[in-house]
Amino acid sequence: MSPGSVHGPGAPAPPDEPRTPAWRLLATLGSGGALAGLLLVVVYQLTLPRIEAHKAEALQQAIEEVLHDPARFDTLYLNAGQLTRELPAGADPRALERVYLGYDDAETPVGFAITAAEPGFQDVIRLIFGFDPKTGALLGMKVLETKETPGLGDKIEKDSAFVSQFTGVAAPLQGVKKGAGKGKPGEVDLITGATISSRTVVRAINRALERWRPALAAYRERRP
Amino acid sequence: MKKTTPAADFARGLWRENPVLIQMLGLCPTLAVTNTVANSIAMSLATLFVLVASSFLVSSVKRLVPNQVRISTYVLIIATFVTIADLSLEALVPTIHKALGAFVPLIVVNCIILGRQEAFASRNPVGRSVLDALGMGIGFTLTLLLMGGIREVLGNGSLLGFRLFGPRYEPWIIMILPPGGFLTLGFILLTYAWWRGRAAAAARTRELAARTRAPAAAAARAKAVS
Amino acid sequence: MTTPLQVAAAPHLKGEMTTPRIMWGAVGSLVPVVAAATWFFGPSALLVVGSSTLGAVTTERLLGPPGALGDGSAMITGMLLGLTLPAGIPLWMAFLGSVFGIALGKVIFGGLGFNVFNPALLGRAFLQASFPVAITTWPGRPESWAALRGDNFAFPFASPQPDVITEATPLGLRKFEGADTPLWDLVTGSTGGSLGETAGIVILLCGAYLAARNYLNWRTPVSLLATTAVLSGALHLLDAARYPPPLFMLFSGGLLLGAVFMATDPVTSPVTNRGRWIFGAGIAALVVVIRVWGGLPEGVMYAILLMNALVPFINRATQPRVFGTRLAQAAT
Repeated sequence: MSPGSVHGPGAPAPPDEPRTPAWRLLATLGSGGALAGLLLVVVYQLTLPRIEAHKAEALQQAIEEVLHDPARFDTLYLNAGQLTRELPAGADPRALERVYLGYDDAETPVGFAITAAEPGFQDVIRLIFGFDPKTGALLGMKVLETKETPGLGDKIEKDSAFVSQFTGVAAPLQGVKKGAGKGKPGEVDLITGATISSRTVVRAINRALERWRPALAAYRERRP
Repeated sequence: MKKTTPAADFARGLWRENPVLIQMLGLCPTLAVTNTVANSIAMSLATLFVLVASSFLVSSVKRLVPNQVRISTYVLIIATFVTIADLSLEALVPTIHKALGAFVPLIVVNCIILGRQEAFASRNPVGRSVLDALGMGIGFTLTLLLMGGIREVLGNGSLLGFRLFGPRYEPWIIMILPPGGFLTLGFILLTYAWWRGRAAAAARTRELAARTRAPAAAAARAKAVS
Repeated sequence: MTTPLQVAAAPHLKGEMTTPRIMWGAVGSLVPVVAAATWFFGPSALLVVGSSTLGAVTTERLLGPPGALGDGSAMITGMLLGLTLPAGIPLWMAFLGSVFGIALGKVIFGGLGFNVFNPALLGRAFLQASFPVAITTWPGRPESWAALRGDNFAFPFASPQPDVITEATPLGLRKFEGADTPLWDLVTGSTGGSLGETAGIVILLCGAYLAARNYLNWRTPVSLLATTAVLSGALHLLDAARYPPPLFMLFSGGLLLGAVFMATDPVTSPVTNRGRWIFGAGIAALVVVIRVWGGLPEGVMYAILLMNALVPFINRATQPRVFGTRLAQAAT
């Protein structure tokens, strides 16, 4: 047993023990911190590429899913109310809002992928959806992040019957109770037992479309 | 202090001084991330890694660290390993990392780890400290697996993702929600306390029986000799 | 040898009011409510209430102290729990809810008199958190009265068959569809909802009977109903389009059932009269807040459970002054 640890946890040092000089305390903590920092930098550098790749892959998969496997897609940044493909000089790409424009094999645009977020039953629901401005219809929807109640609210992500409704439905959407729809365009059946979560999805899409519509229309006019 | 064997150092944490069931430490992850077996495994392996690595390092440097800054040094060591575990999980198993959320960084403040440093690793040789950490970490793992197993079977009708009862099983959703964690832990502790109470009572009965039998046996022997 | 004197501890004169007497009186007063539920929902009502009562009684018999069944409180818990469930719920769920309510709501605290929360509501809260879809599926009325609603006989631990025809409760209709239910339908009980909550008039009559026999303290339900009426009335005056009228609030959902049979549970409600006024008003305020601004359409269950937790504090705050002491002394 080392002499310093015979006292119980948190016991004060007895008066006869020589005082440890302050420089030793500082040196211990300082060198420990420096070593820890060094180690962390190394691990961070080693893991960073894989973490970034996972994130990019997840986003790319989501875009491809809601735009139904486009040949390629462009990232368009919203700068001063205008959508641009090229980054304005000196702008930080992470600070700008963006949408993704997909193209098919013949280089014709198939539609935009837009992210949206709205507070749900538990926490903010983040999702991405594809939108075709030519027909005014949705192409698809995928939930990116949700903490909704497992087994209930998380059906907005896992219930394929609910998710598949967002393919081809005309915007703006209208959430209706299951079986209460009147066959109007834009109707989406809500999930029994998860009315709030599923209504949030509908609202998030409607709000995002409303916000993006001018910018999308302006972009289409400039590049027919 | 009593002499202990390496086997005793290791076995202590498994059952007799189980960190969750007896010491009641580390309840936050025990309640929060045991809604599926997969989450339990990831959480307890991360904790096991941090515990063993920290115990090893704390025990190796215990003579270099002045008494006054020992806790800060332990926390620094623990935090470093937690960050390594966090980054590695994110790089290797992103889905599980997402499910565990804030609870991996919170391993830093898991009382099991700091408790073992202060109570054991800082005053025992490296080998014994690592054995102790392994035992405690595996004891924690077993408890988390039990919690995760009960909660996933009842709350989702599956074990490690495999459906157990067919498609018509109605899941008890409460079991994978926070209240289910409290209920399950309560039931496990109840059973454990009941079992220990019974064991203690049985031991007392045996002892009493031995004491009453001893004079009778002595008398019988005396009779046989004569 | 016989002693010439009968030796016994005080009290020597006992009133007629005993716990079993009150409890069996309450059981008796629940019979008309069950009958009304059967009238509205058919044989399913009897099955569900029977199943939950069986669950409660069995659990009390197995886990409770010997002879605990005699006081009738397990019977009340089971019947009340059954009355808060929809007609189409599988019987195994009703049974499980009572087992949970009695085991974890009552026996684990030490039996009748020691429980903090109303066992019936705790059982329902467990069911609500476990099977949220089954417990909010209100089966529609079939052609024949004798037909079963929903899937009562679902195999234990299996999901009920999805019922094709469902109807919404007045509160759900209002919150999610923005549709109003005519007041006359609410009062007569011809709406969707849990078994015991549609028969408003019957519940009020039973409550009046219990209060007249002094089996329940009238202050709690009066305070609860009056506060609900005042609060929702004030909101309705502010904006009649957004906030429902007070009569709708009183007759919809489980408010009457909760006010008469659950908030008045002698174990889990305050023991002082001042405390009872506060208790009822607190429940009412929570109900109005949950119904008007909350995510769920109905909040009587959570409101009563939350106030149950506050009862020890209410009791302490409303302790009567001991006769002969000054206020200042009482405060120290």
